[in-house]
Amino acid sequence: MLEGIMIGLSTAFTLTNLMMVIGGCLIGTFIGMLPGLGPMSIISIMIPVAITIGDPSAALILLAGVYYGAIFGGSTSSILINAPGVASTVATSFDGYPLARAGKAGKALTVAAISSFCGGSIGAILLMIFAPALATVALLFHSSEYFALMVVGLSAIAAFAGSGQVAKAMLMTVLGLIMATVGEGALFNLPRFTMGIMDLQSGFGFITLAMAMFALPEALYLVLDPSRSNNETGGEIKDLRITKAEAKSIAPVIGRQSIQGFLIGVLPGAGATIASFLGYAVERNIAPKEEQDQFGKGSVKGLAAPEAANNAACTGSFVPLLTLGIPGSGTTAILLGALIALNVNPGPRLMVDQPEIFWAVIISMYIGNLVLLVLNLPLIPYIAKVLAVPRNYLIPFILFFTMMGAYIGQNNATELLLLVGLGICATVLRFADYPLAPLLIGFILGSMLEDNFARSMQIYDGIQFIVERPMTLGLLGIAAILIVLPSYRARRARNRAKGIADGD
Amino acid sequence: MALDRWIALIILMICMAYGYAAFFTMDAGLPPFMQRNAIWPSTFPKVLSVLAITCALIILLGQGKGDDEAKEGDINYRRLMDYNLGQALLLLAMMAGYALMLRPVGFLISTVAFLTLGAMVLGERKLQFLLPVTLLATGLVWYLVQQVLGIYLRPLPYVFGTGG
Repeated sequence: MLEGIMIGLSTAFTLTNLMMVIGGCLIGTFIGMLPGLGPMSIISIMIPVAITIGDPSAALILLAGVYYGAIFGGSTSSILINAPGVASTVATSFDGYPLARAGKAGKALTVAAISSFCGGSIGAILLMIFAPALATVALLFHSSEYFALMVVGLSAIAAFAGSGQVAKAMLMTVLGLIMATVGEGALFNLPRFTMGIMDLQSGFGFITLAMAMFALPEALYLVLDPSRSNNETGGEIKDLRITKAEAKSIAPVIGRQSIQGFLIGVLPGAGATIASFLGYAVERNIAPKEEQDQFGKGSVKGLAAPEAANNAACTGSFVPLLTLGIPGSGTTAILLGALIALNVNPGPRLMVDQPEIFWAVIISMYIGNLVLLVLNLPLIPYIAKVLAVPRNYLIPFILFFTMMGAYIGQNNATELLLLVGLGICATVLRFADYPLAPLLIGFILGSMLEDNFARSMQIYDGIQFIVERPMTLGLLGIAAILIVLPSYRARRARNRAKGIADGD
Repeated sequence: MALDRWIALIILMICMAYGYAAFFTMDAGLPPFMQRNAIWPSTFPKVLSVLAITCALIILLGQGKGDDEAKEGDINYRRLMDYNLGQALLLLAMMAGYALMLRPVGFLISTVAFLTLGAMVLGERKLQFLLPVTLLATGLVWYLVQQVLGIYLRPLPYVFGTGG
């Protein structure tokens, strides 16, 4: 491991890569603050830039910096104007916004910055310790296990979707998989489901789909409902300091939530959003009675918990990405797409074949966290000013940047029409409360899933690989449990509720 | 019927068409040597279509409660007319227009037009601020993409040549 750290240090501490971290964090923070552009959209916008850089380590370092910056930036807008631009910072606004309303915006931002820093750093240490172990296990995996593992990942995404949403999340995942089959697959050299349209020959563009699923609906929501983006920051930001008592009370919270957040982040499909909500819920439950009442009204603990957890989870989600090649969230799914475009194949061989990439990313996580803290603490008073960009300017620019993202990636104007069409579909799906992230994850994993499935089918000349390889069978069993359990529980809860109503 | 069930119905129909193609039409053109393989190009789509149809049917016929109450802070589609629907549709139409004009008119003109008109649709009237901002931003993005990143964007209408 020491050798790896040395490789990482020597790669990360070049002038270019340091600039990449700093630049990435700055870009991420500033764009992430704009409601409507979460890490997912920002990373999609940055992918063409990253690919043009050419050097995979530098590109990945840049994207990781953007990721952290965006998460931090997102919490800034949740705290200041109660407009969480990112799902994972929704829990931050529960206590952050009341604090800001009470004139303690500076303190809230400081607590958020410090908790994020600690969460991210502890996550990076855990990543360093656990990732190699996970990678050794991963080497035992063959294509049939990969297939089964991806099925587990996809079902985990459906399972964590929340009560009553399992069928919807499943449907979206399968729809994503279906969209991935459009176009010419590498395995068969046959165009499939293109309906004779030339532009579909190469399949759907993944940046186009990412933009259409996330950035465009969010922008349309901002247009439809102006109250989502009202600028009522009000008053200047003061009172930056945290008292000693507060520091003492949030320290254990940060410690617990960093570890818990990391572990949740490692699970494919859980990700930072679940980690932040769970962190908030756990801390609220174990807090003493009088502090419990403070939650939701401006508790420092309630702010520190989701912030530490979501940053640790972001780091944790790099474990399956870098060691198994499985993205745990929409954002890491986009990162995976970028990696493949850069000719890096994340997976168990990554640590063996390209250790400099692996370790440089981990080291740059430390640097990124440090940079974020150093940059943001003095910048906090100025940061808020960005949010004052009038909505009339903000929205056309968001739309323009989503279109640029899709156009630059493919250099094809038809892609923009596709973007608009898919964006409308995505907005309607969002109206009906269908989760959109599973669709994108399904789309990105789709071709890999099919390739691994086809490879195992060919090796074993049929479907019997499922029974002949115990690990595959076990993993598929887990996947089945993940899908069945939540629906079973929901059904039981529903029946119980019904029973009470009937017996009344 | 709630919107989510309508959507499930539409998806169901799409998936049935997809499944029909996978089960009945795709294998017709398969070369003989590929027919000996354990897996055909249609195998995976067949599995997917069955899965998708099952999921869509669960939503369509399930007893789950409809989403009658929109979550707080979310948009309630039943009152869609109360929101700025016109603005949203106009912006979408402008995006489509931008897609169609980008090549023939060139990046600079179409982008300035899109950003300016977009802001005006949303209610901005101070052209003396708006125009300099959009001109500056367009120039900056073009310089960044074309000159720094080296991705070709035709700056001017095609009658003026290929530019940069």
